[in-house]
Amino acid sequence: MSKDIRIKKGMNINLVGVAEQITSKAALSNVYALNLEDFHGITPKMLVKEGAEVKAGEPIFYNKNNEDMRFVSPVSGELVEIVRGARRRILTVKILADKEQSYESTNPIDLSSADGESIRSLLLKSGCWPFIKQRPYDIIANPDATPKSIFISGCTTAPLAADVDYILKGREEEVQAAIDALGKMTPGAVHVSVKDTSSSPFKSINGITLHKISGPHPAGLVGTQINKIDPVNKGEVVWTVAPQDLIIMGEFLLTGKFNAERTIALAGSSIKAPKYYITKIGAEVSTFVYASGVNEDKFRLINGDVLTGSKTTPEGYLGFYNNTVTAIPEGDDYEFFGWNKPVFNKISSTRALTFSWMNKNKKYDLDTNTNGEHRAFVVTGKYEEVFPLDIYPLQLLKACMVKDLDEMEQLGMYEVAPEDFSLTEFICISKQPHQQIIREGLDLMYQEIG
Amino acid sequence: MGMKEKLHQIKLKFQGKKMAPAFNALHTFLYTPNETTHSGSHIRVVDDLKRTMNTVILALVPCLLFGIFNAGYQHYSAVNGFPENFSILEHFITWDNFWLGAITVLPLVIVSYGVGLAIEFVFAVIKGHEVEEGYLVTGMLVPLIVPIDTPLWMLAVAVIFGVVIGKEVFGGTGMNILNPALTIRAFLFFAYPTWMTGDKVWVHEGVERAGTADAISGETILGYLAQGNSEAIYEKYSLAEMFFGFIPGSVGETSTFLILLGGLFLIFTKIASWRIMVSAVAGSLVMGLIFNGVVEAGWIPDYSKFYGLMQFDYWKHLIVGGLAFGIVYMATDPVTGSQTNKGKWIYGFLIGFLSVMIRVFNPGYPEGVFLAILLMNVFAPTIDHYVVQGNVRRRMKRLKNATILPKPSDGKAEELKVETV
Repeated sequence: MSKDIRIKKGMNINLVGVAEQITSKAALSNVYALNLEDFHGITPKMLVKEGAEVKAGEPIFYNKNNEDMRFVSPVSGELVEIVRGARRRILTVKILADKEQSYESTNPIDLSSADGESIRSLLLKSGCWPFIKQRPYDIIANPDATPKSIFISGCTTAPLAADVDYILKGREEEVQAAIDALGKMTPGAVHVSVKDTSSSPFKSINGITLHKISGPHPAGLVGTQINKIDPVNKGEVVWTVAPQDLIIMGEFLLTGKFNAERTIALAGSSIKAPKYYITKIGAEVSTFVYASGVNEDKFRLINGDVLTGSKTTPEGYLGFYNNTVTAIPEGDDYEFFGWNKPVFNKISSTRALTFSWMNKNKKYDLDTNTNGEHRAFVVTGKYEEVFPLDIYPLQLLKACMVKDLDEMEQLGMYEVAPEDFSLTEFICISKQPHQQIIREGLDLMYQEIG
Repeated sequence: MGMKEKLHQIKLKFQGKKMAPAFNALHTFLYTPNETTHSGSHIRVVDDLKRTMNTVILALVPCLLFGIFNAGYQHYSAVNGFPENFSILEHFITWDNFWLGAITVLPLVIVSYGVGLAIEFVFAVIKGHEVEEGYLVTGMLVPLIVPIDTPLWMLAVAVIFGVVIGKEVFGGTGMNILNPALTIRAFLFFAYPTWMTGDKVWVHEGVERAGTADAISGETILGYLAQGNSEAIYEKYSLAEMFFGFIPGSVGETSTFLILLGGLFLIFTKIASWRIMVSAVAGSLVMGLIFNGVVEAGWIPDYSKFYGLMQFDYWKHLIVGGLAFGIVYMATDPVTGSQTNKGKWIYGFLIGFLSVMIRVFNPGYPEGVFLAILLMNVFAPTIDHYVVQGNVRRRMKRLKNATILPKPSDGKAEELKVETV
């Protein structure tokens, strides 16, 4: 069964440096790391000490608030360092990889006969659980709640992001296994949205409600799809899973091995030959960035896409949830009379002496300059042009800023994640940090309302 | 060392110091800052508040230039008599007109910007925030909406009042409730009414020469209408003169033609809300039609003091007085106007509607647009509130049909209790 969703509001951002659909194997990384910031809202409690030997798929820490929730090592090797920050908070856990990988293995489960409860505890134990996230609050799913439905976005619209269809090609078996397992944990449907024109591998998957989605970014964001298909109400929970994570989850269910291998897109205008690499979660970014060559000295490496990713360095590590690494020029330079001269080489949401509206297909080489200073919200009606959710974005942001919980609840806070505000942040004339405002708002709500 | 590096070094030297905002304002005027994104969206659009404000100023420049020539034209015509066969090049775009306009209008611009920006700088330094761009547009609007001979000290006092009470006490640009330019205009109107109304103030030297043998009169069209001289205005000014703006009035608001062009430019550049402009025009036409209908129905005698303005053709309200200027440049202020798209329709419509109503019924001053906009500024948050409530109600309705699913270990599904908000 397929249903069509047409998104009209939004904006496609065409950037230089789309990854070519060629896949290479990335050099092996010496050290792999789990960055705890990827697991928002988790209080980690270590299971192994520095110096201990771990296998790939062996739990290395768990969530203090839910002891069943395990986080496992992506590789086998020695846990060499636990990097701690202020008040001994754990920031990163580093593992020096063995040359020969050994896996912690579990007996594969018979998916046809297993019930939701046994799948749930298996996924929690295996370290696959963190791949499941939930709305409200955009955190790792609470295993004690039953989701009314599960959403997977099989469509990418974010600039330079990895093409999901390309990544999933040939992995239908694993995807099917993961979908079967997920389907048993909800009484509702597993909604998958794919681009209306694409030949998505999801089209051959059973047990899903397929939606064809068309329109500009943020049509591909799962939040947009939730809002259009089955919005979250107070008290309800929906789960979301990123398509690339279905592969790891499915492989685990089929073989009993946690294989952290992942195909990622290395993209961006600072990369000479942007393409896809096979690597593992937590690998050193330098193992593939330099293999494609870089164009300049000063570039920004981003774990994820340019709209939602987090800053990293060549010495950094591939994030737990990322299937894209982007490199764009660092824009830390001044521009003479940048605010009033005609602009041809940057994107604009207005036509105020800017000309990006004249050629919609032109590709731009944008840098990280904010192109202006931080100001109070002044211009109105702009965010609504790129925000397809049935929510008032400006009013919700303001409610978050003044920490008005009632207002946040009424205006639709349960339905959003920071990434839903990435495009409004991109076009913000007042250069406000929308995603940060929403993240802080969600955290406050979680803390106060739970 | 280039200027860029020099300024960068001075910036570093000033960092954290009290005067940093003042220096930064000058620095960022010359150069877009080297600030980069940190998290979230790593790329940003090229538009910022300076570019936005700059676009509005560009849209105002034709009105200012026209105002300068018109100041000279109105003065010399009042003194020497209006030319028989009017030609723009011969009678309007002349060096004399320009010179007289320049020496009367430019001081208004200089005082407006000088005083206003000085206050902005002082507040930025005291409060330690950046100098914000809001005043760039206000500073240009103010000289365009005052009578030509407004004494400079009066303007300075009004600007101080408008910026401090109209904006800074609320927290600065983006936080104010009332349109600062109109607050300044309202202050002038209520504090110095003799300089702001009547038939002497609209033409240069009108006040000076009052009561002398050389007295000149420069009644505005609305003034004529308010006094019931509805026929006389057509003898004095043709419709084309009204539309193109060769009539007395506040400095920059006489030429509906150039205001229309400015409005189209603002709509095209997506800087100002077309919804507000369109609905405000609609609102004024509706009110005008109602008044015309009242006259046609014979409900009002022709000696009534409202008759002149009421029988004035409904669409002509848009080409005389400050209505068009107010709709294009004032009502569209995003900070003080309605913020939701639906709200903008209601807000704009009521501005147009009330402007014509106040214009007809206000006994003291036959102009209503600035009072209508200020009034609607106050109501804009209320309009938005009800628009947003519509969205909230939709969510609550959805919630009524929702059920919370049981925990995996629990038994039955519990019905969700909806709290009334």
